[in-house]
Amino acid sequence: MIIYNGKGVYGAVAIGRISVYKRQAAAVTRIEITDKGSELKRVEDAKAKAIEQLQAIYDKALKDVGEDNAAIFEVHIMMLDDEDYNDSIRNIIETESVNAEYAVSVTAGNFAEMFAAMDDSYFQARAADIKDISNRLIACLSDGGAGQDTSDEKAIICADDLAPSETVSLDKEKVLAFVTAFGSSNSHTAILARNMNIPAIIGVGEEFLKNINDGDLAIVDGFTGEVFVDPDPETLAKLTAKQEEDIAKKKLLQELKGKENVTVDGKKIKIYANIGSVDNIGSVIANDAGGVGLFRSEFLYLENDDYPTEEQQFEAYKKVLESLPGKQVIIRTLDIGADKQVGYFNLDKEENPAMGIRAIRICLTRQDIFKTQLRALYRASVYGNLGIMFPMITSVSEVKKIMEICDSVRADLKVSDIPFSENVEHGIMIETPAAAVISDLLAPMVDFFSVGTNDLTQYTLACDRQNPKIEPFVDIRHEAILRLIKMSADNAHAHGAWIGICGELAADTSLTETFLRMGIDELSVSPSFVLKVRDQVRKTDLSK
Amino acid sequence: MKTFEYVIKDEVGIHARPAGLLGKKCKEFASTVTIVKGDKEAAATKLMALMGLGVKCGDTVTVKVEGDDEETCAAAIEEFLQANL
Repeated sequence: MIIYNGKGVYGAVAIGRISVYKRQAAAVTRIEITDKGSELKRVEDAKAKAIEQLQAIYDKALKDVGEDNAAIFEVHIMMLDDEDYNDSIRNIIETESVNAEYAVSVTAGNFAEMFAAMDDSYFQARAADIKDISNRLIACLSDGGAGQDTSDEKAIICADDLAPSETVSLDKEKVLAFVTAFGSSNSHTAILARNMNIPAIIGVGEEFLKNINDGDLAIVDGFTGEVFVDPDPETLAKLTAKQEEDIAKKKLLQELKGKENVTVDGKKIKIYANIGSVDNIGSVIANDAGGVGLFRSEFLYLENDDYPTEEQQFEAYKKVLESLPGKQVIIRTLDIGADKQVGYFNLDKEENPAMGIRAIRICLTRQDIFKTQLRALYRASVYGNLGIMFPMITSVSEVKKIMEICDSVRADLKVSDIPFSENVEHGIMIETPAAAVISDLLAPMVDFFSVGTNDLTQYTLACDRQNPKIEPFVDIRHEAILRLIKMSADNAHAHGAWIGICGELAADTSLTETFLRMGIDELSVSPSFVLKVRDQVRKTDLSK
Repeated sequence: MKTFEYVIKDEVGIHARPAGLLGKKCKEFASTVTIVKGDKEAAATKLMALMGLGVKCGDTVTVKVEGDDEETCAAAIEEFLQANL
């Protein structure tokens, strides 16, 4: 077994036989001719044919990968029609009395060299386009079209580099994966492969092509960028399992997308996603989450060298809300301290940071930071369906103080005539035993609870999250935790509030039925778990 | 002959697609259009030569238009540049 490493451009696993890509326009030989007229006519005919092929490729690409990615073929048509390019071919035939193939080949070399010598990477990369159109023209001269040997078996296509037209022209039904020795992950080929949902690995190096043969068994892991040629049985078994898991996941996605989160006997629950950055919005949509149950706002503080301004925060929140129209997005206010430290906050070093100045305690101590965030949140609230959630609550007085600050921020906005939504929901995290125990007192003050099971477990079981040696003592499904959640749920509902769970426990499908029976209204999980939990909900029957 | 200057705003510069479209546009007129950058120049109808100028974002090019319809042609080319480059 030999392993090659490159850059994976589409996450999937392919296992199959290697097929080395063969170009029809291989060696061009120089042949002296006497009938220049007929040679010039051959060029004209070949050009017409090549343009016709490119038009067909353009149409196919337009369908497969969209207008932006197809535009390159329109450019290829224009290049083939270029006056200087055509003059050069004609000149060489006329002055040297040589065959058309040779004239095209020399012309291609000259133009490619001109572009390769330019000092801008965009123009340098055009050398590949010149070679691509010239190879097509030469193929048309030798009356062949471009294309791969036809075989009925699907194969892993391996090449030095694939021109965009070559990638698009391949019969998708027969391609398992692409592996190229060169090329970048931003090349047209990589972009096209990604759009075609075919695993591709780019840039595995020159050695690769020397050591492979048609028919070799190989595994392509688009997740890691690895190519295993002639894999050993152990690797084959491991990657087969990985492939099956990936296929099952994608199949589940297809089956469950757009379906309701409803049990066999008709009980519904919301399944939202937890995210930590604007970049994760794509995965919220891809996994069909009903909303965002926990948007960690810390990234705004962690990515900055100084306190993020109101404007910076406003733009980020607005973007999230606008990207998820109609969906509820619950943004948690600043939750740093403990395991998340930010230098410019200049927090004191604490003996026991998990129980120290963190989260809401920072916000209530340094209200300027808190108010800036709240102003940004309220200003963004007009762009979607916003919920605001406060972390690390332990007492009624804290919640009272928070609500007073919220009221004053809204009053300020009103005075300045800055619009905000009147429908913003306010909620608190239930992540300390204290909050759960007094949840009957807290529920009337808020619209919702969200249980943070990670901290709730740490504080209830007195087990440090950061200490791996404690792991044997941590029972994540401890009855104490489940009772605290149940107590909070009952108290929330008694006072007209709703309750969700946003900790890791929410994704534990062995507890999905328990949570449904407690009457939990919402489970918020990592985007990739949304459909797994939906699947579990749909299999559950509470009437039994 | 009419000449005018234009500063390229497209972030890649005069790249393949707009260059090709510019050529097409120029062919609608009787006048010849030449793009000059520094000491190099290229006919606007010649795609490869035009790209060979290597015009980047922020570069100033001089556009020379010469022919019977140079007034209308120059106006149309200026409009094209504003919209595409």
